Parts: sequence; C-alpha cells; structure tokens
Amino acid sequence: MKTRHVVSVLFVLALLLSACGGAKPATTVKVAILAPLSGPVPTFGVSTRDGALMAIDEWNAKGGVLGMQIEAIVEDSQCTPDPAVAAANKVVDTDKVHYIVGEVCSKASIPISEIAEAKKVVQISPTSTNANVTLNADGTTKKYVFRACFIDPFQGAVAAAFAVKQGYKTAFVMYDQGNDYVRGLAEAFEGAFTASGGSLVGKESYTATDTDFSAILAKVADAKPDMVYLPDYYNIVNLVMAQAKEKGITMPFMGGDGWDSADLNKVAATGGFYTNHYSEQDTRPIVAAFVSGYGAKYAGAVPDALAALAYDATNLLLAAIEKAGADDATKVAAAMEALSYDAVSGTITFDAQHNPIKAAVVLEVTADKIVWVDTVAP
Amino acid sequence: MQTNLGQAAPRTFSERMLRGRWIGKVMLVALLAYAAWAVGRQAVQAPALFMEQVKNGLQLGFVYAMIALGYTMVYGIVRLINFAHGDVFMVGAFVSYFAISRVNLHLWLASLMPGLPEGLSLLVGTVTVILLAMVTCAFLAVVIERVAYKPLRTAPRISALITAIGVSFFLEYFGALDFVFSPDFITYQRPFPVQVWYIKGGIHPLVPGSEVPAGSVLFSNIFIIIALTSIFLLIGLNFIVRRTKVGRAMRAVAYDKPTARLMGINVDGIISITFAIGAALAGAGGVLYAIAFPSIVFWMGIIPGLKAFVAAVLGGIGSIPGAFLGAMIMGQAETLSAAYISTPMRDAIAFAILILVLLVRPTGILGETEREKA
Repeated sequence: MKTRHVVSVLFVLALLLSACGGAKPATTVKVAILAPLSGPVPTFGVSTRDGALMAIDEWNAKGGVLGMQIEAIVEDSQCTPDPAVAAANKVVDTDKVHYIVGEVCSKASIPISEIAEAKKVVQISPTSTNANVTLNADGTTKKYVFRACFIDPFQGAVAAAFAVKQGYKTAFVMYDQGNDYVRGLAEAFEGAFTASGGSLVGKESYTATDTDFSAILAKVADAKPDMVYLPDYYNIVNLVMAQAKEKGITMPFMGGDGWDSADLNKVAATGGFYTNHYSEQDTRPIVAAFVSGYGAKYAGAVPDALAALAYDATNLLLAAIEKAGADDATKVAAAMEALSYDAVSGTITFDAQHNPIKAAVVLEVTADKIVWVDTVAP
Repeated sequence: MQTNLGQAAPRTFSERMLRGRWIGKVMLVALLAYAAWAVGRQAVQAPALFMEQVKNGLQLGFVYAMIALGYTMVYGIVRLINFAHGDVFMVGAFVSYFAISRVNLHLWLASLMPGLPEGLSLLVGTVTVILLAMVTCAFLAVVIERVAYKPLRTAPRISALITAIGVSFFLEYFGALDFVFSPDFITYQRPFPVQVWYIKGGIHPLVPGSEVPAGSVLFSNIFIIIALTSIFLLIGLNFIVRRTKVGRAMRAVAYDKPTARLMGINVDGIISITFAIGAALAGAGGVLYAIAFPSIVFWMGIIPGLKAFVAAVLGGIGSIPGAFLGAMIMGQAETLSAAYISTPMRDAIAFAILILVLLVRPTGILGETEREKA
C-alpha cells in the first residue's frame, strides 16, 4: 500500500517537473477540427463538428487526456482544396496543433494530408473514402494520416459475410462497369462470397444511363439465385427493383451505402438489405449511449453517420494520445497503428494502409422505413 | 482522265470491287450470322426464356416506335431532324407525373362514380393521363415550331438543325430548374397497380411473393397497356395519313411544297399539324416509358430520343412503316444482345447494325431512293 502511494506521488512529481522543465509549459492539448461548415455540404460539416466536439467534451469531463484539458480549434475548410489548405496551415503554424480531425470530403482531405505528412501532424479523417487520403502516390502509407471510415470495397466483404450468415448459397451480381464505387463493391463481394463457399450464378454489367433492365432481370429470374447483389446508387436501385417485381423476382437484393437516400423507393425496394457505416437503431450499448448523449447535447437531434464517425475519429485520436503517453505526434501515430478501440461504428483496429478494420451495419428496407438488422464484421 | 464522282453505275467487276459496298454487305451478313448463332444456340436450350426476352424487346420497341414516328414525320415534311423531339418525350413523362402524383387525375372516374369496377375506372384514368400528355406535348411542339423553326424555313438547313439542338438543351435545362421539374431523379407513381400473369399451359395470374414456375413466360398489364396504346396510335396515324384530307395534304406538302401551296393547301398549317401529331405520339411514348421504367429525370429523353432517331434512320427516314420496323429491330437488337451476347456491348451491337445497314442501303430499309428537290 505504502509503496504504491510513494510511486504515485513520485509519478505526479515527475509529471509536474517535466511540465515545468519545458520552455513553454503545455497546459492543454490542442485538437483542430476541420469541417466543411460552408460550401457544398454544410450539413455534413455541422454534424462532423458536433460529433467531434461531443467526444472532446466527454474527455474533458473525465479529466482530459494525459491530465491536460483538450482545446478544440474549429475551422471551416469548405470541402474545397484551397480553403482546406489555408485552414490546415493556420492551425498548424499559428495554433501549433499536433492533431487534426478532418476533413469530410476526400478532395479536401488529400491536400490536408500532404501538409500533415510534411509538418509531422497526425490527421484522422472521419469520412473520406478515397484511397489516396492515406496513401502516397507511390503506394506507400502516409505515416501520420488515418481514417475512421472503411473504404468503399470493404462493404462488399461485409455484404458477403452477411449473406453467408443468412444462409445464402448462390448470388447474382449486377453492377455498373463505368462506376469505380460500384465495381469496387461488386468485386469485393464476389471475392469474399466465393471465398466463403458461396457461388456466383451470374454476373451482368450495365451502364449508368440504362433504364431497361428487363433482359438482365429475365436472366436473374431464370438463374434463381438466393440473392442479388446490386451495389449501385438509389436511382438505379429504384428502377431495377420496380422492374424486378414485374418479373416475379422475390429473392432479396443487397447493396451498399449508395442506397442510403431519402429518395430510395422503399415500396419497390422492400425486402432489400444494404450495408452502411452506422445506424442509430443499433442495439449495442455504446450506440444507445451515444445517441442519447447527442440528443441531450444538441436539442434532441438524432446523430447521422457523419456525426458518429467524427465522434469515433476524435475518440480514436484521444485514445491514441493517452496510449502514447505524450503530446507528441510521432508517438501518437505509432500508438494509433497498434490501437484497438471500441467505437460507435464498431471495434476499430487499423490495417497497414491506415484504414480501419471494423464492422458495418446491415439495414433492411421495409415499405415505410429503414430497419437495423445486424452489425457484421467481415 | 475522266472524273468519276460515283454517279455512274459500276460496269465491271473491278469497278464494283473498288466501290466497296460489298464490304458492308459481307460484314452485315457476318454480324447477323454471328448474332443468329449466338442467340439461336441458347434460345433452343431455353425457349421460354427466349420468348421472355423477345417480349422485353417488343415492349422497348413499341416505345421507340412512338418516338421514331415523330422524327420521321417531321423529317418527311420539312427535312428537319428535330433533336428536341426526345425532350418533348421527357415533358410528356413529367406532365403525366404531375397529373398522377399532384392532381390524382388517374382517379377522376373512380371518385365520380365509386361503384364502377376498379380496373375499368383506372383504365379510363390512365387513358386520360396519356391524352393529357399528348395534348400538352402537341401544344408545346406547335409553339416550338412557330418560335424556333418557322422563321428559319428558308435559311440553310444547318441553321435549323443547330436551332433544334438549342431547343433540346433549353428544354432539358429549363426542366432541370428547381421550380420546374428539378434536377433530381423522381420516383414515378404508376397510375395502376402492376398485375403479372405467367403463361405455362394457360394463363395464370402471379400471386405477389410466390415462385414463378420454371419455363413460363411472364407478362404484365404494363406490357398490355404499352402494346395496345402504341398499336392503336399507329393504326390511328396510318388512318390520318392515308384516309383523311389532312393526311393527303401532308403527303402533298412532303412531296412538293411550292406546288402544294399553289393547289391551295395551307402549308404552314399542315406543318404545324405534323409537328403536333409527332409530339403527341412522343408524349404518349413518354408516359408509357415512365410507366415501364418508373424513375424520371430531366435528361431521360436523350438516350431514347437518340435510339428512336437511329430506328427512324434504320427504317428509312421519312417512311412511317420504316420507323415502326426500325424501332422493332432496335428493341430486339438491344434486348437480345444484352440477353445473349454481352450487356455492355448492347448499344455497340445495335449501332453496328445501323452502320452496316446504311452501308448496304444508304436510304434505310424502307427508305425511297429520292432525288434532292431543288
């Protein structure tokens, strides 16, 4: 007992000494939040800022990180390269931050990531899915840059895992060959589904301007697969699924977050499943706590995926700082690589390219609403 | 050395070889033979699926025919390729959308006489919606003709063509404004519930959610409405052109405008009527297309318009039976190549057929070899 007291006193003294020993005593840890509060996607920016600030407030209420309070510096980066670069330079050079949470859009996150690499500042983007956010032009990983969202093709693997869990043995894939997003998901699904024992009974491509899917759907009806994978955007999904009903096609369709739109025709798409980053209906306690906390903080608002991912990104960053034990970007980046954190959007670890490995939610479309079904790890 | 501009008929074998039309013939025969082999091989294995695909091609062909007729009629009478025609088709689809989703026009009879069978009142309601779209499009086309084409009737033909492209863009991007049609995809509400039947040893209604027996051919009330409407309108058009005074005047104006005028025909009036009839058909086509493929957007007319234009050229532009034949060929070529050869290649195959047919018959399948009138 006594020895432990001595050790803690010594530890506190050591901390105080080290704090006093520096030229400038650091009393706070500064975290910059770069969010598109104006520009093309201001609602994304507001959700991102609110989610990140909520995480910081929770840490401060618990005593901060490394015994220091956390100071948030919010800048508007407008989802546009030039303002994003200006904001990143300002927070790094003037405010001397070592950590950036942001941006939402890949086209703003990529130029910020170059500044972060050059000035040795840790950046974690909550929602930018472009591979080049965390990768250099030569394919090597940027040492200081991470993201909290999974990249697009990952959803294909999650969909395959869900399909296997549902007991589906055969699948038919429909994809737009001219769309990288759709093709990436389709290929990832095909690879993961066949690797886990499923078989593909058909694979057909179409183009984005097609409206008549009757020829492909007649083949689907003929092949009688257990499910159809259609990882396209909601407008194509609306057309395909309305026509599928006329072919007497009853097997479930499945897609990715391209389905996630208020304009999805829920009547036509009834019975379909899609993967997404997060659902506020997820029954895990951490999600319920996040949703109720967010509502209490922001006048009853229901957090969307952007708020959830910004919350996760900020928590990941602060957990990495805590784990590194020092307000030092290089050590924090190393700690982040080895981190395993239980976040709202699933338990997150990072792969070699600084993309998170985590679960995705599977949602089901019913005639009047979207229902959370499962949270699936690939 | 004699300058031969290709007017004289080739006399010798070597001259014929040099002229090169045989290359197109050989390629056309090769392509058709390959397509017939690729389709036929699989059709024999699964005849019901083949019938299903042919039906899909018919449905598409009927809609293309509705648009192609307007292209061919307008070209026949004023030698103008009316590129705004596909956008008139789009307006037809949107008019029916507003009539159905905002005004509930398809329910007017059901609300007036609730005792009637639902099927009958919805049928009358659907026909009313189609008629409204036809009238609106006819009116729109007459306005377009008066404002944009008539002042250019004596201008070089290229001016009218460029104007037509301008009108097309205007209709698209005016439609894309938030307070007009909006730039978004809009889910189209069908004016009647879909009912599907399957044919296997008789016709049976398909219960939603139940399995379709293997080897059956499906058809829906959507297909019936599309087929009946387009056949009815085609017969009506044929009647107008062949049997009425207006039709005779149209043919006279198409044949020789100055002489028709000398004979006391109101040439401008007849041209307006031609535009109106063509646009009315496109408007009906727009409604049918939206019912079949229920998601509409302001640029939805571009691709079907282009395909229908190709169909009109394939059949022989200026020829009404040619437009119908061309549309049927386009519908089958697209659907069968998607079904049996390659989905991404389907447009390539459809257009390759067009090019090869034109190499062999530059005036199209049923087009007349006519001399340019001075």
